[in-house]
Amino acid sequence: MDLMSLTALELGRKIKEGETTAVEAVEAAFAQIGKVDQTLNCYVTTDKDAALKDAEKIQKKIEAGELTGPLAGVPVAIKDNLCTEGMNTTCSSRILHNFKPTYTAEAVLNLKKAGAVILGKTNMDEFAMGSTTETSFYGPTKNPWNTEHVPGGSSGGSCAAVAAEECSYALGSDTGGSIRQPSSFCGVTGMKPTYGTVSRYGLIAYGSSLDQIGPVAKDVSDCAAILEAIASYDPKDSTSIRRKSYDFTSALTEDVKGLRIGIPRDYFGEGLNPEVKEHILEAAKTLEEKGAVLEEFDLSLVEYAIPAYYIIASAEASSNLARFDGVKYGYRAEQYEGLHNMYKKSRSEGFGPEVKRRIMLGSFVLSSGYYDAYYIKALKAKALIKQAFDRAFSKYDLILAPAAPTTAPRCGESLSDPIQMYLGDIYTVSVNLAGLPGMTVPCGRDKKGLPIGMQLISDCFQEHKIIRAAYTFEKTRTYERCPLVQTPDQKGAIKE
Amino acid sequence: MANIISDEMIEYVGILAKLELSDEEKEQAKQDMGNMLDYIDMLNGLDTEGVEPMSHVFPVHNVFREDVVENADERDKILANAPAAKEGAFKVPKTVE
Amino acid sequence: MSIQYETVIGLEVHVELATKTKIFCGCSTAFGGAPNTHTCPVCTGMPGSLPVLNRQVVEYAAAVGLATNCTINQHCKFDRKNYFYPDNPQNYQISQLYEPICRNGYIEIDTASGTKKIGIHEIHMEEDAGKLIHDEWEDCSLVDFNRSGVPLIEIVSEPDMRNAEEVIAYLDKLRLIIQYLGASDCKLQEGSMRADVNLSVRPAGSDVLGTRTEMKNLNSFKAIARAIEGERERQIELLSMGRTVTQETRRWDDNKEASYAMRSKEDAQDYRYFPEPDLVPVVISDEWLASIKARQPELRTQKLIRYKKEFDIPDYDANIITSAKRMADIFEATTAICGKPKKVSNWLMVETMRLMKEHEMEADELTFSPENLAKLIQLTDEGTINSSVAKEVFTKIFLENTDPEQYVEEQGLKTVSDEGALKEVIRKVITDHPQSVADYRSGKEKALGFLVGQTMKAMKGKADPQAVNQILKGELA
Repeated sequence: MDLMSLTALELGRKIKEGETTAVEAVEAAFAQIGKVDQTLNCYVTTDKDAALKDAEKIQKKIEAGELTGPLAGVPVAIKDNLCTEGMNTTCSSRILHNFKPTYTAEAVLNLKKAGAVILGKTNMDEFAMGSTTETSFYGPTKNPWNTEHVPGGSSGGSCAAVAAEECSYALGSDTGGSIRQPSSFCGVTGMKPTYGTVSRYGLIAYGSSLDQIGPVAKDVSDCAAILEAIASYDPKDSTSIRRKSYDFTSALTEDVKGLRIGIPRDYFGEGLNPEVKEHILEAAKTLEEKGAVLEEFDLSLVEYAIPAYYIIASAEASSNLARFDGVKYGYRAEQYEGLHNMYKKSRSEGFGPEVKRRIMLGSFVLSSGYYDAYYIKALKAKALIKQAFDRAFSKYDLILAPAAPTTAPRCGESLSDPIQMYLGDIYTVSVNLAGLPGMTVPCGRDKKGLPIGMQLISDCFQEHKIIRAAYTFEKTRTYERCPLVQTPDQKGAIKE
Repeated sequence: MANIISDEMIEYVGILAKLELSDEEKEQAKQDMGNMLDYIDMLNGLDTEGVEPMSHVFPVHNVFREDVVENADERDKILANAPAAKEGAFKVPKTVE
Repeated sequence: MSIQYETVIGLEVHVELATKTKIFCGCSTAFGGAPNTHTCPVCTGMPGSLPVLNRQVVEYAAAVGLATNCTINQHCKFDRKNYFYPDNPQNYQISQLYEPICRNGYIEIDTASGTKKIGIHEIHMEEDAGKLIHDEWEDCSLVDFNRSGVPLIEIVSEPDMRNAEEVIAYLDKLRLIIQYLGASDCKLQEGSMRADVNLSVRPAGSDVLGTRTEMKNLNSFKAIARAIEGERERQIELLSMGRTVTQETRRWDDNKEASYAMRSKEDAQDYRYFPEPDLVPVVISDEWLASIKARQPELRTQKLIRYKKEFDIPDYDANIITSAKRMADIFEATTAICGKPKKVSNWLMVETMRLMKEHEMEADELTFSPENLAKLIQLTDEGTINSSVAKEVFTKIFLENTDPEQYVEEQGLKTVSDEGALKEVIRKVITDHPQSVADYRSGKEKALGFLVGQTMKAMKGKADPQAVNQILKGELA
């Protein structure tokens, strides 16, 4: 039995039914990690001993009937910006190279309560700043569909690990598309919930008003079950929203009859790769065939989302990342003269170029004389973007869009032109600005064989509509495993 | 490039952000920031007259804790991460001359 | 002819609120713990931690605003103030810039030329920083985050004060109001009340403000007065030499009686404030505001009126008693037990004040209980002890909060009321002092006083002087 090819729910069921155990699942995961991670570099940290110990304990609880949830005993990978007590949490940065949190993030605690076994921490763009997982201090992650391409980012490690079956599912975080875009590039399903649905307590902040934790998995059912496990009202997070219901799995129905889906014309114009466009529109057609009502419309203000996003995210980041100063944790420069030099050296040596670029930009837009022109202007643009979505959702249940303008670019191509890279976030950032939920579902591959993802967006708190449509769509296709895992025994098949 | 970032400006932002850039990095930063600002300036084309700046998307307010002591002494755990510590405190270069 | 200058002063007063826990986490605010023992991920700036506002902080801040005639901003928000310093774990301080909780208030102070209104520009809520300890053995500083996150309000006055006397009067009044509210103990020495002085000078009669400096590190009223004088002179000297005052923050060194600029190349003073994304706005509904108002304790002015009406004590006494909340509390509690306001007032006005002066104590430091003072009044009224013994007993009560009944009993201080025993002593005094007896009988009234004194001395003070007087007169008649 190939345990790692199963979805999280399938594996959970088999463990529950005694066909396999949590311990065997961990062994299988580490076997796969051993096989492919040297090539892919999905993980920054793994702890097999701890995972096995946890698995044993959890297995006993499952057998004793104390743990009955659908994810009990299933191994998970956690993005390395989520705090895990006693386990290195680096944000893929040198500045946190040795940081062991004193507490565990609320979302991860929720998973542990559901019986999850943590395998390790996944690679990411440093502090979640990037779209390729190439800005990691610990080296880039490779796309399991083609290792000459990037997995996307910033949750590239999580998405690649799911695609490469190095875990049954993973947690990611999404500030401007960091779950949805790499999910698209890696051919997996990933979701960014409504802002405030999953507690941010223990998520190392990038852009606090935009950050949201979400699931990355093989299919929609897994995503719904994982979201159900991690979502909670948390009094420790003031921006946590007390939702009426935390039931997401009951939306897993094959029914889109009468569902009104808006297709924003402005998302399908210039800049969108024709192959991607073709597949997305084909997916829309499939939903139409299933009974959904499609309509094209003009969302408007699309071009303003990226500048507004980069101002807000960089400004918040410049403040959020001020705490990394060599005093309380993490990296401190070896040689310095006095306090301020210690700060400057530790931070300059500890942060990579993309992080520094955004901290500089963020400090600038908040500085005296520029605050109104940039920051306040961006907050006003955000208000208008939110209004544009409000208008759209007064007419439609869902918006259907690409997750990214292209499939995964080749390694090394993106970082040289930051603005070009930022433009790749065009279909994802406005969802974060407006606090909306969004999900990426695989919908085909381009001629090079690289995955394409469709993005479904709903109004706030309407995840069930997304799940319903995504589930219905998914039922029309079969899950495609990446070539890397299809030939697991032929080591030569993997190009180094 | 419409936005020209001066050496002084890069120096100043470096002080605010506590980043020390090499000469090469400074040149790059001037270029990058200028380009980025040129791009961001696109927002000027957006009419925001009379629009309230939106910092929180949801109109949530009044999230409080009650005034009850909840935390126990975690000093040793917290200090375990410190690059330098002494006598139960974080050690830093002297702050006054 | 030299130019006459006017001094213009505004204050920024930081007050630590008397909450049990910090402003954004459940750590204790208690004083005196070993370094970093009152800390958690939130107040040490651990990555991923998030703040949650302590409701009581809002209540106290609003209460102070109401008591200082402010408009309460019923929709207030927090902002981040960004600057790097090791006592500030996140390298930003959560404060309020754009929408502070209170605005446009005032308090009235008494000055030599009558009552004066001092405007309050705003009051905002914020978090305190940790403490830096400068290591004596090594060239380093040590950071203790026990105070990090202790709630503060910053009360920003208008530049309405003109000299040190007004500043002290303003601070005194502010302190009294806040103490009455129970919002803080306001101890300057311990740092629970801290004042930064913004000062500028301008030619007398001008209505244009001069360039101001901000003076920090003022730990006592005396230091404040000296710093104001020093800074005023420094600025006038600069101006009269044709130079200009630089807008800057200066640190007062009270030992050297001089200040120096705190500026360095690394302090850009550009705090990049922006709305705190981790906290949601505070909305104070009319109902909530009304309930804070309803719970507002009686302030001094109201007390003064009530004391006069209810207890019929002189204005002078009422003024002194209400000048400190602790004193007023003792007065009311003692009166409630014994029902003798005038007597309680006398003990506070005379003996208590005398002992406070002798021991250099503030009213906050009074530790004796109203119960013991009431007992003492009872003992005196019943004639169990005489007034000079009572004073002696009160000293014990004042210093050690001794139970007077027990003490009088143990020390045998009760007035001797046995007339036979007293007469015996008096007869001996008469026999021993024939000259005084003769003087008295020849009309020198003064001699009687001497004989009373001798009797009291022989009785070790435990006699009722009135009785002694009576019996002596009888014996000599």
